[in-house]
Amino acid sequence: MNVTTLAKSPQREVNYAPRVFDLDTAPLRELNLALHQVTDAADEPSWEVINPKGSHAVAAGVAQPIAVEVRGSVGYYCGGMNDKASITVHGSAGPGVGENMMSGQITVKGDASQYAGATGRGGLLVIEGNASSRCGISMKGIDIVVRGNVGHMSAFMAQSGNLVVLGDAGDALGDSIYEARLFVRGSVKSLGADCIKKEMRPEHIAKLKELLDRAGITDVKPEEFTRYGSARTLYNFNIDNADAY
Amino acid sequence: MCGIVGLFLKDKTLEPQLGAMLSEMLVMLTDRGPDSAGIAVYGASTKGKAKVTIQSPAPGTDFAGLETELGKKIDAKVKLLAKSTHAVIDVPADKVEAAREAIAELRPSVRIMGAGEAIEIYKEVGLPVDVVKRFDVSKMTGTHGIGHTRMATESAVTTLGAHPFSTGPDECLVHNGSLSNHNNLRRELIREGMKFETENDTEVAAAYLSSKIAHGQNLGQALESSVNDLDGFFTFVVGTKNGFGVVRDAIACKPAVLAETDRYVAFGSEYRALAKLPGIEDAKVWEPEPSTVYFWEH
Repeated sequence: MNVTTLAKSPQREVNYAPRVFDLDTAPLRELNLALHQVTDAADEPSWEVINPKGSHAVAAGVAQPIAVEVRGSVGYYCGGMNDKASITVHGSAGPGVGENMMSGQITVKGDASQYAGATGRGGLLVIEGNASSRCGISMKGIDIVVRGNVGHMSAFMAQSGNLVVLGDAGDALGDSIYEARLFVRGSVKSLGADCIKKEMRPEHIAKLKELLDRAGITDVKPEEFTRYGSARTLYNFNIDNADAY
Repeated sequence: MCGIVGLFLKDKTLEPQLGAMLSEMLVMLTDRGPDSAGIAVYGASTKGKAKVTIQSPAPGTDFAGLETELGKKIDAKVKLLAKSTHAVIDVPADKVEAAREAIAELRPSVRIMGAGEAIEIYKEVGLPVDVVKRFDVSKMTGTHGIGHTRMATESAVTTLGAHPFSTGPDECLVHNGSLSNHNNLRRELIREGMKFETENDTEVAAAYLSSKIAHGQNLGQALESSVNDLDGFFTFVVGTKNGFGVVRDAIACKPAVLAETDRYVAFGSEYRALAKLPGIEDAKVWEPEPSTVYFWEH
């Protein structure tokens, strides 16, 4: 009778308790290096950052579907280039939160400073407070949901994706916009060049419902929003404008 | 880039810590501008007395004997307290102009940093940590103060090109940004009789506000006017004897964060600068709106 000895499989250790980084003592580079070194999210699914105190680039460049809870306010470029991770900032965020995000989700419990979600290519950015100027500037596929207001020049040159604003929008919303869809529930101070009000068709209601659901927002209805988008008059050079140059 | 901080105290018990709080805030923003740093502190004022802050590239020779010579020249009791390259001279309030002229004559290489009943200004080339140490800023008491760390764009890295700029009694201004119509404005202000020490754009902004105030506007109104008349990028923080103001241009690309509690109003180019202030967790923290004047007064 043959006795088979099974090859001993390597012990898989999963750290379910969050791995905590205290930025009062640990250098920021150590945190980001550790986050970048995750090769299998299942090994260390949960991370926590305490005492960020306005640090820059907290959890930037994460490329695994891990969860990062940031306890406090952050500075520039938090969660920049995020790919797959779910990052929650329990505070406010400085300029450029979620800049060039690829996928995943970033939630800011407080306010966000200028150019939140700039150039983002995918994923969902939720700002539970207000976002400042240039929110979603040059967005390229990201979905952004702002519970409060957005500042001037939001969705400037936006190319694709959806910007949802439950509050009001500032001056020059959607200036020089390409194909992104803008949904605003409150007032719009002014529309930028080539940005116009558009009809809400059933597919837009459905998309908006899905975005609100994903953002965890249950107290407003998609029908309360107005859609804005591109009039597409800037796509080609108009020869009548030749004198302007 | 540049970094700005400001602190306006409401709670008198914090006044002995003003210099220490402001220093810590400014040092936190060192990487926004390593060229030069400066600070203006509004301290206690005595009725009938004024303070003139001077600076010299050769303080050893310039400050020696100046107290006696100046006192004799303007026929008044003066007191000089030297701090590194700067000195604060106490003079009777009605002798400030006479003192300015006398100093220029007695010590041609000395520059006047500012004058007023409450203001003292210290600025030098170097990192914030070295500048605040050089002038012992952390031991200073005061009601409000403003600090700046500079990354030069518009003019040379010199002591005089550092901020704050003071162009009127007890007035000072710090700036993050760059102005594009400063040459024209400077010419206009020179025609009005204003004098300029540098080619710096911020000095023009300070002189512009001083001119508006001299023509009867209050600081709030002067700041309102600046939004229309100044072209370029700016976040300004300004101080007067009793007041503290903040304004940003319409584009508002230069960062700004305000925080207010029962005990203070604080400004920082970034939240980092405010993160260690007492009670910041429960403070009202917000980003000042573009083209909007924020102003507090004691």
